[in-house]
Amino acid sequence: MTPQNNPLLELNGLGKHFGGLAALTEVSLHIKRGEIYGLIGPNGAGKTTLFNVVTGLYQLDHGTFTFDGVAYAHCKPHVLAQAGIARTFQNIRLFANMSALENIMVGRHVRTHTGIWGALTRNTAARTEERVISLRARELLRYVGIDRPHQTLAKHLSYGEQRRLEIARALATEPKLLALDEPAAGMNATETESLKSLLQTIRASGITVMLIEHDVKLILALCDRVAVLDYGKKIAEGVPEEVRRNPAVIAAYLGGEAANLPASEAGKEE
Amino acid sequence: MTTLGKFPYCKKCNTWRVYGMLAVVLFALPFGTDALLGRGWVRIADFALLYIMLALGLNIVVGYAGLLDLGYVAFFAVGAYNYALLSSPQFGLHWPVWVVLPLGGLLACFFGVLLGAPTLRLRGDYLAIVTLGFGEIIRIFLNNLNAPINITNGPQGINMIDPIQSSGFSLGITHQIFGINVPSVHLYYYLFLCFTLLVIFVSLRLENSRIGRAWMAIREDEVAAEAMGINTRNIKLLAFAMGATFGGLSGGLFAGFQGFISPESFGLMESVMILCMVVLGGMGNIGGVILGGVLLVLLPEALRNGAGPVQQWLFGKTLVDPESLRMLLFGLALIVVMLVRPAGLWPSTQRRRELSDSDEDVVKQEQGSVYDASK
Repeated sequence: MTPQNNPLLELNGLGKHFGGLAALTEVSLHIKRGEIYGLIGPNGAGKTTLFNVVTGLYQLDHGTFTFDGVAYAHCKPHVLAQAGIARTFQNIRLFANMSALENIMVGRHVRTHTGIWGALTRNTAARTEERVISLRARELLRYVGIDRPHQTLAKHLSYGEQRRLEIARALATEPKLLALDEPAAGMNATETESLKSLLQTIRASGITVMLIEHDVKLILALCDRVAVLDYGKKIAEGVPEEVRRNPAVIAAYLGGEAANLPASEAGKEE
Repeated sequence: MTTLGKFPYCKKCNTWRVYGMLAVVLFALPFGTDALLGRGWVRIADFALLYIMLALGLNIVVGYAGLLDLGYVAFFAVGAYNYALLSSPQFGLHWPVWVVLPLGGLLACFFGVLLGAPTLRLRGDYLAIVTLGFGEIIRIFLNNLNAPINITNGPQGINMIDPIQSSGFSLGITHQIFGINVPSVHLYYYLFLCFTLLVIFVSLRLENSRIGRAWMAIREDEVAAEAMGINTRNIKLLAFAMGATFGGLSGGLFAGFQGFISPESFGLMESVMILCMVVLGGMGNIGGVILGGVLLVLLPEALRNGAGPVQQWLFGKTLVDPESLRMLLFGLALIVVMLVRPAGLWPSTQRRRELSDSDEDVVKQEQGSVYDASK
């Protein structure tokens, strides 16, 4: 088996419910290596729940979940981060009272090893590791385009910068799969444009991206494939253009009758 | 550019000058205090150092990892009783101090993990309540473990605990060193100072490390920290264990210094006092915590000694008992500080900014980025 050919992330018959509410039912996804995979759907469709299952914040109730050829079920988030899944959050969750640089340095935690002993003695290994962490963090700060003194606290960054800092922090964990939950939410056109080019650069560096987004233009421009969720079920999957014309998708977004409208207009509504 | 190049150098030599002066002051402090204010104040200085150690230990749990612990004094009690039972006539044991002190630290560390393990899922208020309960459990155990087998001697406490001594040199009596009479309290002062410096050193090293950053990440946002690959269970347990170890260590020192301990010394008020030192001084900032410790030990003592005479002088008689005035003013001070400086007297973010100015590397980087921006 050549690891390059099998899908990076395979979800089969995924189910998750909270009490009587079925947040996800029978969702199956296959994300190929190196693609940007979009996940769309109306509010409350279960997109973020799916993200939380994939990143270990929720435990799945049914189905299987294979990442990079290994099955993960009932794993803690840090195990999945170790395996190579990193994420950002819909409402920004930075370490607000730590500096921009420290935020990214925390991301390096999972790939570094210094323990108590190393921290106390500051032996050669610990010092070297610390220097490498700091250098890599500075590099990532430049990479996502945050041009600020490194000691600026995360909470003092602008909104767009905070979004990008979250991406940098996720990248610091050296992920194979980067899961972004509405990265362009609340951004203006210029910020979205720079985010787009950042995501393209990230993809070019060989990282697979999974993206929840409401900005249809961004989805069309970026994604190789898109899946649509509605009421916890996958109702469509495919190339963005194709999905946009799918009557079931239009119905999900705009209600039953709207499915008869010309597809291009319906797409613009979103 | 040349002036800028010189700037950090001068700052550095200034820093060393400050450290040098501080060392002289700290060294001369017991003799100066003894001569000016009396021996009682040297004893108060000893207690201040003990409380600083405790506050720094709690600072790891509360200030760094953000786990609100209201039962911290339990670890102090574990360390103290460990020392008391192993070197007093209670069991007739007189183990050497270099065994008993580390053992107290280890035992407290064990209890720290024991308390930490069931509370891992709790946050904020709930954690505070459980830790408060733990503190009370330990105290009540110590109070009642005198029957059916007498272990702790119950509410009477343990008496005649050995002073801290090693190879014939006891800190419990006055010694003549280089022709100078050095009383017991002075000797304890120097011992406590050494331990305090050790605790400061460990705190500093941990703060600026991978572990310290993980603690702060958990404090800031536990979910995000977990998603970034931090094993929150282990890192939180580590915080509990480290904090408890410091508590146990200072407990042993306390028992040796005091010569007598009883469960009364380890009540909830002690936990609250230590927490106040951390919060008032500035959570997560070592300098702030030390400041908080010094203030909260010295001010009540100053008030105790000063309130009577001041009232005499003002009104001609003592209107309010200094003891009750003490708690009154203490509460008032707390409210005022929290209103005026909610992040503590010396908050950690401010310190970070000060640090960043002296860090040459960062300054250079900052200049670089400003230069890039203006291009």
